Amino acid sequence: MRNQRRNSILLHIAAVVVSILILLPFAWMVEASFAPQRDLVSRPMRWIPSEIDLSRYVEIFQGGEGSVGSTFRAAMLNSTIVAVSVVALAMIVGVLGAYAFARLKFPFRKATLLTFLATYMLPQIALLIPLYFILNSLGLLNTLVGLILVDSSLVIPFTLWILSNYFVTIPDELEEAARIDGTSRVGALFRIILPSAKPGIFAAMMFAFLLAWDEFMYALIFTSSDAAKTLPVAISEFAGRYTTDFGLVAAGGILAAIPPIVIAVIFQRYVVSGMSAGAVKG
Amino acid sequence: MTKLATVAPPRRRTGRESQKRLAFWLLLPAAVAVFGIIIYPIARTLIISFFEVESALATETPFVGIDNYVEALSSSGFWAAIGRTLYFTVVSTALELTLGMMLAMLLNARLRMRWLFRAIVVLPWAVPTIVNAAMWKGIFNAQYGSLNAALTQLGLTDEYIAWLGDPFLALNMVILADAWKTTPLVAFFLLAGLTAINPEIYESAKIDRASWPRIFRSITLPMLLPSISIVLVLRTVEAFKAFDIIYAMTRGGPANGTQTIAYYTYVRAFSDQNFGMGSALSYIIVIVILILTTIYLRMLRRSEMSLL
Repeated sequence: MRNQRRNSILLHIAAVVVSILILLPFAWMVEASFAPQRDLVSRPMRWIPSEIDLSRYVEIFQGGEGSVGSTFRAAMLNSTIVAVSVVALAMIVGVLGAYAFARLKFPFRKATLLTFLATYMLPQIALLIPLYFILNSLGLLNTLVGLILVDSSLVIPFTLWILSNYFVTIPDELEEAARIDGTSRVGALFRIILPSAKPGIFAAMMFAFLLAWDEFMYALIFTSSDAAKTLPVAISEFAGRYTTDFGLVAAGGILAAIPPIVIAVIFQRYVVSGMSAGAVKG
Repeated sequence: MTKLATVAPPRRRTGRESQKRLAFWLLLPAAVAVFGIIIYPIARTLIISFFEVESALATETPFVGIDNYVEALSSSGFWAAIGRTLYFTVVSTALELTLGMMLAMLLNARLRMRWLFRAIVVLPWAVPTIVNAAMWKGIFNAQYGSLNAALTQLGLTDEYIAWLGDPFLALNMVILADAWKTTPLVAFFLLAGLTAINPEIYESAKIDRASWPRIFRSITLPMLLPSISIVLVLRTVEAFKAFDIIYAMTRGGPANGTQTIAYYTYVRAFSDQNFGMGSALSYIIVIVILILTTIYLRMLRRSEMSLL
């Protein structure tokens, strides 16, 4: 009994230590975004800011045309449009395809599924050159539509995979009962399968959003101005330009990290189920 | 007079045939997207790799056969990049798997406020790669970075260290930054495997008074083997693709010290505008990754994957 208590205390200490290790770098970034520049460059460094300096946030939110702020705000809007559209597209296409893989018998089912999965493994770099030529000939370089298209193809194989794994776990009987009552296959998909696959749907949406929000390589090569530049590209640009003002980079980084963090924390309990659907079934 | 009479009544299809048709329509959108933006381009990359394309605007692109491949495989820059990629892969995978395993067990333990702990652990995974890279670039900054400040103030070092200034040190620092973001992902992945283990197995092991290391070695580890092997291959594939974090932290430097194969390919293709060579290099990565994917799929099949 005493042993168990000691173990439990040790486990709690370990959890606290791990939490600190995880939070420390992030906490410093938050601190750097509020600390006056002189605190950050003084030796020894001042860890507790001498005053709260909101100038970077003011710059980002209110900076006029041509400033870091206006580029950042445009990138925020672009990232939001791209991520939301990619999630919507990938979910529609993914749900339909996943239903086919999970419930229907058709020739080359396995081969098709493997092809989709294999495309997820391909490195983006191997697609960049022809995609550049294709987008260029369609006039889609430096447009949000072009970026949404290439990003969704990146995300679709993944949502297809998670969702088909989920749909398989829903008992056939549920759907059959509805079908006997006269519901069509597509009706059953929307009335029976989708409501019962909620954890899978949430997991797929979350993964799709994070993938789209995080995407960097396509955005770097295929966008060139505020019209289509996304947050990762904007952040990497001003991390390169304002090397001495880490506070500004930190403020931008925090703002860019808030949407995915909020989503991941809210849907945190679907992470595990999504992971298991994404690979091994328990 | 109605024409309807001459039209044949809708043929009753067998269930199988209607399933085929429905499957075709349901999969069409996904197939169009994936074919248009992944399969067709990858085929075109293969074709480009046999030509000399020395700029985006090149009008003459002579066919050179396998020359690009021969040149790639005989250049020292390529092998240096492969060496760094292997180092990056082995060290980061080993680190992330070890730490991830410990973290997974901690996540699975009975803790007060476990929800809070899990929410904290999710955090690095959600931080965008570029933000993570910018953050660590700031922490490792030679003059103003918090790592140097903390180490000197704690009396652990006397002088500031240029963490990203030395080629080999920089590679290791990039690995650390990558591990901060990725270890939680690995941990959640392994946690999914851990929660699938029947607790009764542990109960009976406890009744037999088996020691903790023995339980780990003879129950936990074997039961997690499928998850571990999949993490292993997925992380290896990811390491071969590593680009974002390197671009944002070091741009391949210093002295090419962090130039892994994906970054080297990017430089050859886009900075040097040598698209033929870039395509050939891409294909070498694709071949390596396809080999890894085959291994991955073999493992999936062995782990009683329900769809395969």
